[in-house]
Amino acid sequence: MSQQTVNGVPSRGKVLTLDNMNPNVKRVEYAVRGPIVQRAVQIEKELKEGVKKPFSEVIKANIGDAHAMGQKPITFLRQVLALCSYPELLEDNKFPEDAKKRAKRILQACGGHSIGAYSASQGIECVRQDVARYIEKRDGGISSNPDNIYLSTGASDAIVTMLKLLVCGEGRDRTGVMISIPQYPLYSAALADLGAVQVSYYLDEDKCWSLDVAELRRSLNAARQHCNPRVLCIINPGNPTGQVQSRQCIEDVIRFAKEEHLFLMADEVYQDNVYAEGCKFHSFKKVLFEMGPEYSSTVEMASFHSTSKCYMGECGFRGGYMEIINMDPEVKAQLTKLVSVRLCPPVPGQALLDLVVNPPQPDEPSYTTFMKERTVVLADLAEKARLTEQIFNKVPGITCNPVQGAMYTFPRITLSQKAIDKAKEEGQVPDMFYCMKLLEEEGICLVPGSGFGQREGTFHFRMTILPPTEKLKVVLHKISEFHLRFTQEFS
Amino acid sequence: MSVLQEISPNVKNMKQLEYVVLARRASQIMEELRKGARKPYSEVIDVSWGDPHRAGVKPLSFVRQVLAACLYPELVNSNKLPVDVRQRAQRLLGQCAGGSIGSYTATAGIAEIVHRVSEFITRRDGGAPSHPENIFISAGSQWALQNILKVLVNSKSSPKTGVLTPVPCHCTTTLSIMGLGAVVIPYYLSEEQGWELQVEELDRALESAKGVCNPVALYVINPGNPSGHIQRRKSIQEVIRFVSEKKLFLLADEVYQGCVYGEKSEFISYKRVLAEMGPPLSDTVELASFHSASKGFMGECGMRGGYVELINLDPDVMKYIYKLFSKDSCAPVLGQIALDLMINPPQPGDPSYPLYNVETQNIRTMLVHNVKRAFEVVNSLPGFCCQPVEGGAFAFPRLHLPPKAIQKAKEVGLQPDTFYCIRLLEEAGVLISPGCEYGQKEGTHHIRFCIMTSEVMMEELLRRLTCFHTQFMKDFS
Repeated sequence: MSQQTVNGVPSRGKVLTLDNMNPNVKRVEYAVRGPIVQRAVQIEKELKEGVKKPFSEVIKANIGDAHAMGQKPITFLRQVLALCSYPELLEDNKFPEDAKKRAKRILQACGGHSIGAYSASQGIECVRQDVARYIEKRDGGISSNPDNIYLSTGASDAIVTMLKLLVCGEGRDRTGVMISIPQYPLYSAALADLGAVQVSYYLDEDKCWSLDVAELRRSLNAARQHCNPRVLCIINPGNPTGQVQSRQCIEDVIRFAKEEHLFLMADEVYQDNVYAEGCKFHSFKKVLFEMGPEYSSTVEMASFHSTSKCYMGECGFRGGYMEIINMDPEVKAQLTKLVSVRLCPPVPGQALLDLVVNPPQPDEPSYTTFMKERTVVLADLAEKARLTEQIFNKVPGITCNPVQGAMYTFPRITLSQKAIDKAKEEGQVPDMFYCMKLLEEEGICLVPGSGFGQREGTFHFRMTILPPTEKLKVVLHKISEFHLRFTQEFS
Repeated sequence: MSVLQEISPNVKNMKQLEYVVLARRASQIMEELRKGARKPYSEVIDVSWGDPHRAGVKPLSFVRQVLAACLYPELVNSNKLPVDVRQRAQRLLGQCAGGSIGSYTATAGIAEIVHRVSEFITRRDGGAPSHPENIFISAGSQWALQNILKVLVNSKSSPKTGVLTPVPCHCTTTLSIMGLGAVVIPYYLSEEQGWELQVEELDRALESAKGVCNPVALYVINPGNPSGHIQRRKSIQEVIRFVSEKKLFLLADEVYQGCVYGEKSEFISYKRVLAEMGPPLSDTVELASFHSASKGFMGECGMRGGYVELINLDPDVMKYIYKLFSKDSCAPVLGQIALDLMINPPQPGDPSYPLYNVETQNIRTMLVHNVKRAFEVVNSLPGFCCQPVEGGAFAFPRLHLPPKAIQKAKEVGLQPDTFYCIRLLEEAGVLISPGCEYGQKEGTHHIRFCIMTSEVMMEELLRRLTCFHTQFMKDFS
């Protein structure tokens, strides 16, 4: 094959072209790994090659990846997984008994006692049982059926699977899926890919990004003119906004979903990441059941969780699950077909999930270390959340809502008309222009708010709060200084 | 009325697998056995998946040691593990963000691993160049295949998009095609010629699609699943000429390339043949080749590591393919590492090499032996006819069922080969799968079972099968 081919021959004569490829795929965007990140990677290459820049490293504050930013894995989790991988280590007395016990149990449940065997498509049974027990404990005893638990390749896989199942209809009957603005762009990408109609509802920036049922209603009614809205997606705690919904709000949403006959998708992957005073995570499932049988036996719902966030931060394992509530058994059979196409979720991710839902207990040898490590991670995040809000709010032109939970800040930036015009000249949306300049001048990679959605005429960026505290302080100051310079330059 | 009563018609159209019924019953039987029920067997032998570990093949020590050290880096400093294991783990950890396999990686995979995959491909293909930017690592090869199919299939188009797929064909791909709203255009492999692919049949299949659907791609599996056939160079060339002429995208599923048993059999990749055919074909035929860490001697199905190499695609289309992969974040890191270890095993002189060599040779000997035994035994049973298993993970013998058995199957509402499999499960505790799951010529029946098993399991499997089959044929004579 010639080099010319590698570098691209003209599409004249190609079998697969922009014109005949799936048009839905052309609408897929995923800003978290989009053009700004590609530029960041390029800059890293240049730095490695010795190109001189005003900075010596690129700080990737674009993606919710805790370990990449220096967070340490939890010892217990990794010990059990190492034992599962190479069971000869079970003879090694450097590993604690509780780790060995869990490893043995997991291996027992695997085909041929190996984590290299496929599992059932729905996930290893004893893991699903443990997940159900965890949910029961978390939700004050409300029962959970392991048959309703589907393990997945990260929560994203389960979310996409549910959407695949639900999206149907043509023209005015095409399924509409309600999702917040701003939102985690997996949703917009999946909806574009599936050719579903995205029905956006705005979170209220002035009220700390809270959700208002009146806004849900407005959005739904408008959407009914051109599609068939059937699904309502909520991310709680929120991404990118970090808001933690109040219990009242969750009840209101559930009531709304019942009234309007909507399938609820509750993305709860940040459920352990709650920092602000007075904020508490309430699972949709728990609230649903506490509202009594009128709701708990009728509202159809799927809740999603993952091993990528919380205190574990094990993104690379691609572990997750969904719990489905009140699904029609015939539909469940269809869901089973769908998940079989993925064969099975990664078994190490399933094993990891098992440990997350079945952590060391007070009477076990690993308990003290485990709790210490967990507490430190969550306390650090809480401190960084507070610090971020504090520092950004000191900068004229940056307004930062409290980071109540999750791993991000989504501050609003004021851009002058001059800056907006310059961006247009460069062929970029204004917040991309801003973020690109920040990347080039300071080596800090953020994601522009346009990648998540925002009210027309407003601009934001999403930054993770994950770098270690000292580094985070430096990053926050650098961004603050950049913002002042930028404002000056375009005044 | 449930919100969910209306669901995607594409999903509804996906065939319900026979496997579901069999697996459920197998689960129940295992539960009954656990509770002390008396049966003519004490455990169920499950050879229904291409899953070597499940079937008793042991993981490779080197692989598991490196994975363990990557999982728990304290082991990198432990002298309990061989030096090359520790070095490999250290190097891999150095290529992970934050030194942890818990971090996300670049969309297409850890850059150094992707690079090594391209080097592996070049080595394998006698020097034909492979470029890292054309490679995407995914959570298993089927994940990558689904992404490529997604780009090819326009679910709204009328007529529907069609993909030529072999009969027989393992079900994951055909289900994916249906799930995307496309249509399977079957082309029949020639059983009497050892499940050969004949180009005249491709012509016929394509012709049959006229006015019915819009064919965009041809999917081939080499070595075949479930057929076990390995394509000859000449056949591969014919297929390449065919897709070029008919302007089809070529999807080459080569996950079993590490499983070659026939003495005279040799796996040659589609990429290599294409490159050696030279321009214009080598510059124009659009090809996606798939490989995986799930098969071969490693058999690490549960790690979910696979890749696709894309050849001669329009660079603008490649940008969209990148976006599709990026919304899935990245492949599981352990799966990426498993791939890396598969393509870069220990070399002579490395401390781990002797053990690695012994283990892989043993597995190879075992598989060659299994294939020989399965072929012998099955062909000795009246009513069975098995083509040579040149490669792959399965035997797919033809089953000539007596009319009485077919009748009985009809009465209980089962496909005849499913009926056979259910009876085999109940009476002999062996879980295999029926040919109807994979497609077969009308009026023919087959069974599929995995031959990547321990020797002990294979002997027991064949013993039980022989016993059961003899009785079954007697009962329905």
